[in-house]
Amino acid sequence: MAFTIQFVIDVLSLGGAYALMALGLVIIYGILRLVNFAYGELIMVAGYTMFLASGSGLPWIVMAVLAVAMAILFGILTDYIAFRPVRAKSVTAVLITSFAFSNLLQNAALLFISPRPRNVPLPAVFSQTVSIGGAITPVRNLITIAASIVLLAAVAFLMRRTTLGIAMRAAATNFTMARMLGVPANLIISSAFALSGFLAGVVGILWIGRIGTVVPGIGLEPLLVAFIATVIGGMRSLPGAVVGGFLLALIDTTLNYTLSQDLLKFRDAFTFSLVILILLWRPEGLIKGPASGQRT
Amino acid sequence: MKHSYLTALLLIAVIALIAVGSQLLGIRLYDRIATNLLISVVLVVGLQTFMGNSGLLSFSHIGFMGLGAYTSAVLTIPAQMKGMALPDLYAFMTVVEVSPLVAMVAAGLVAAVVAAVVSYPLMRLSDAAAVITSFALLVVLYTVMNNWSAFTNGPRTLFGLPKTTDMPIAAIVAAVVVVVALLFKESRTGKLLRASREDEVAAAALGANIPRLRWRAFILAAFIAGVGGALWGHFITSFAPKAFYLKETFLIITMLVIGGANTVTGAVAGTILVTFAYEGLRGTEGALNATSFGAGQVVGLTEIVLALAMIAVMILKPGGIFPNREIGHILIRARRKKETAP
Repeated sequence: MAFTIQFVIDVLSLGGAYALMALGLVIIYGILRLVNFAYGELIMVAGYTMFLASGSGLPWIVMAVLAVAMAILFGILTDYIAFRPVRAKSVTAVLITSFAFSNLLQNAALLFISPRPRNVPLPAVFSQTVSIGGAITPVRNLITIAASIVLLAAVAFLMRRTTLGIAMRAAATNFTMARMLGVPANLIISSAFALSGFLAGVVGILWIGRIGTVVPGIGLEPLLVAFIATVIGGMRSLPGAVVGGFLLALIDTTLNYTLSQDLLKFRDAFTFSLVILILLWRPEGLIKGPASGQRT
Repeated sequence: MKHSYLTALLLIAVIALIAVGSQLLGIRLYDRIATNLLISVVLVVGLQTFMGNSGLLSFSHIGFMGLGAYTSAVLTIPAQMKGMALPDLYAFMTVVEVSPLVAMVAAGLVAAVVAAVVSYPLMRLSDAAAVITSFALLVVLYTVMNNWSAFTNGPRTLFGLPKTTDMPIAAIVAAVVVVVALLFKESRTGKLLRASREDEVAAAALGANIPRLRWRAFILAAFIAGVGGALWGHFITSFAPKAFYLKETFLIITMLVIGGANTVTGAVAGTILVTFAYEGLRGTEGALNATSFGAGQVVGLTEIVLALAMIAVMILKPGGIFPNREIGHILIRARRKKETAP
């Protein structure tokens, strides 16, 4: 019983974080059909903001808000620097600019801060554990679950009920048509980047809460997770991203528990092989998105 | 077809010029840089055979280079050194020792076979999904290299490869690869693939089996990457899996993209240009580090400048320096224009 609870909590907390990461990526992809390679660096930005603010003596929650705000700011910057100038050109051009922008941010952190890990301030609650039905669980896992439920609900509400969300979904389905009907293209794209930055910021704090330090390369793992989750779930569907995130967490956690120590080193290789198998069966991903419209 | 011969001739001339020129200068450092450049030409032109013809971005190329380097290492490290260099190697492999040339071909074949198996399902994907899975593939290859201690000595540095790559060998391989890339580009597969790059739906409607075409190009690219990896391994003689990861991927993609991914000329031109820029910036970085007064090491400056250059090229000239036509084609057209003009 304790094992089951442990397993479920592990899957849900990991899956919640994965789902949020994937969601942040798919929001951009859905509208622009462009992959944002600099997405992981938004998490890095949130981490370094926390590190830089740690000397200021501000309450932790203010620092966290600041970190999320910086992630949003850099999300919008990504749009202006890497996407807007090349948006109308080839898909490859945009992939490359976002890859270059990601490298730029990473190396800027390397140059101006340090290649070595930096400590990030965390409230005491992140390192406490509680016992639920015999299973000892870190409180941060429960925080992650709660945060992901709240955020997933908020994003669902935003996308379904608000004008902005409906305009975004319209733009994702058929960008040209949405523009014709008076949806302001640049505003929608910038808001999508802002929302993506917001999700990255929150995930960043939760993610760094697990590790406690931030390094320039910290964005790689979340980026990969988001990539794989979106590919499994279906590149253009928001529910698909969430399903993909939880499924990937299930695969990862199961492998964690079942693989022997020797094979555990190869976990990523196993995970990705499974992904390839899923793609063999369903090249479109598990959930199909809206009919593809023309890219801007 | 005629302009392809001219292109091949010109590119081989450029490669020969680099090789002979650096020999004439006789400075060891330049010799090193030039050999490195020629090996980069092999890798970047290899990447071009897939990326340029199919129009899909591939991140896994460096992973296949790593496979090649390790294959060649396992096959060529002298038997008496194997105990030290690869302590966990399987017993039956410890006696194997072949000539570097055979090992280089084997390296290419291993990379090609692995590519053939893993990429078969992936070639059905297009656009972003293809890019993402190629990125994932790079991570898988890196994870395997980093952890399969028996063959790769794990994350530790593997040493003891015989140093057999010198300037002439690198130049010859580079020239052969350029010719192969041009031949492939003009072959039936290459032409169909380029048609699918321009318009997937139209090409498929004309009966092109796009996944199969891409698959062939991917295998060829992986073969060249494997050969390039072996070449590099025998030049550098000791390396760790870290050498086959994101930084290097970024570098070869920068080279290809700045030069122009659609042409072999672009691949060669981009490699030369970025190599010079890179070495220049590295030198500047070193000079800054030497003069800074305990202000800490300057790291990452080179990458920042390259990233900015890449974004600038994408904005101003998204096709790169040679976006569509090979150099031979451009020259012949220019002459024809002059002839027809009064």
